[in-house]
Amino acid sequence: MHAFRQVIHAFFNPHSYTLAIPDVWAGFQVNLKMMGIAEVLVLVFALSIAIVRGLPGPAAKPLRALAIAYTDFFRGTPIIVVSFLIGFGLPGLQLAGISNQSNMVYGVITLTLVYTAYVTEVYRAGIESVHASQRSAARSLGLSYFQSMRYVVIPQAVRRVIPPLLNDFIGLQKDTAIVSVIGVSEAALTAQQFSNRNGDFPSYVVAAVFFVLITIPLARFTDHLVQERERKERAQAF
Amino acid sequence: MSVAANGNGGAFVQIRDVSKWFGELQVLDKITLDVPEHDVVCLIGASGSGKSTLLRCLNLLEQVNEGEIVVDGVRLTHEKIDVNELRRKIGIVFQAYNLFPHMTVLQNVMLAPRKALGISRDEAEERARPLLRRIGLEAKADEYPDRLSGGQQQRVAIVRALAMQPKLMLLDEITSALDPQLVSDVLDLVRELADSGMTMILATHEMGFAREVADKICFLDGGCILEEGPPEQIFRDPREPRTRQFLARVLEAERMS
Repeated sequence: MHAFRQVIHAFFNPHSYTLAIPDVWAGFQVNLKMMGIAEVLVLVFALSIAIVRGLPGPAAKPLRALAIAYTDFFRGTPIIVVSFLIGFGLPGLQLAGISNQSNMVYGVITLTLVYTAYVTEVYRAGIESVHASQRSAARSLGLSYFQSMRYVVIPQAVRRVIPPLLNDFIGLQKDTAIVSVIGVSEAALTAQQFSNRNGDFPSYVVAAVFFVLITIPLARFTDHLVQERERKERAQAF
Repeated sequence: MSVAANGNGGAFVQIRDVSKWFGELQVLDKITLDVPEHDVVCLIGASGSGKSTLLRCLNLLEQVNEGEIVVDGVRLTHEKIDVNELRRKIGIVFQAYNLFPHMTVLQNVMLAPRKALGISRDEAEERARPLLRRIGLEAKADEYPDRLSGGQQQRVAIVRALAMQPKLMLLDEITSALDPQLVSDVLDLVRELADSGMTMILATHEMGFAREVADKICFLDGGCILEEGPPEQIFRDPREPRTRQFLARVLEAERMS
């Protein structure tokens, strides 16, 4: 009975919750901000790099190599290491405009660099899944390479990759907590500080619930899109 | 049939000693062919005889390895050619329609005029709607391609090419993927094009149709034009034994179906 009471006290003390919720919420707003900004940046950069990787011809070879090097590096490096590199490395450079940013900015840069690498691969798979005959049709109408990409290939590719892309975004949303290691005052760090002060853990529960609450709608929406597509493909098969 | 005013006095399409390899495999073997303006040439022959490849070379979807192609006075095989400019004059329609599935019928037809020719939205629509009316599909203008039958999709693919006002149309077995009852609508449209004086090169398995619309039939075998001539001669009195064999087999298959 004693242990049970201890658990209740450590995790479910109502008074602690009334204090933890506003505290962690303030931190979680930083997570939301980082998610929002990083997701928009990732969408744009990843598409650009995916397009560069697909450029035809020997002239584009250095660009393609650069794009490959980028994705290889940031997919292979643990995000916590990238956090240190950016969060401690950039300020250490002492360059005007780069080295005096807030920790949140370094957090966003970290998330963007890492997730752009993942999402580039997602886009690339989507672009390659558009049948070559679609490109032939577009090019044979007199559209340039970029016009066929812009109006024919990419719109179809993007539609197809939305579910895997949203999956990566769920990962990104959770990883906003990792950049706490460079001192971004987001939900996880706030919760940890709260826990240290109070000697109990409701703040972690609150943080967990916040993350889950924003992930569930995205996960269900992804499921919905996948089902929708399967339904459509079945319909087309007849 | 008139000779095209293309500067060097030759035919509208001139194909000279064109050869092409896919790796080790030779798919075109010294093809030489002239197509005067307003003529319709039908390429017949078994699958793999090089018909599609020849058509794809004519609008540079494939590069030839040897020989020369001139269309409307422009040497395609020249390295510095503006590919996009050239393709705007040459329409091609594929066996698998290849409509853009994420665009409505109208958008499919308007895309290239708007983006490749840079004409305004309204102007492109003024071009597209009469074309859709002509094939009886104006009511489907705002539908997506997957709501259309194969025959309707193929007719949209044809007018999509026509919207660029091409001077040459290449039709690559455009009825091969269609149910038999849908073929005639598509062929009617091609016949109408032929009557209007469009220069066309068709790869086809529809022998009856080839006989009716073609000014010249070319029988391809193993990447060569083995025999060519007016339809009456080719169908009634083929000189080459292989042509005779091929025609006998095709006519047999037609009777069976």
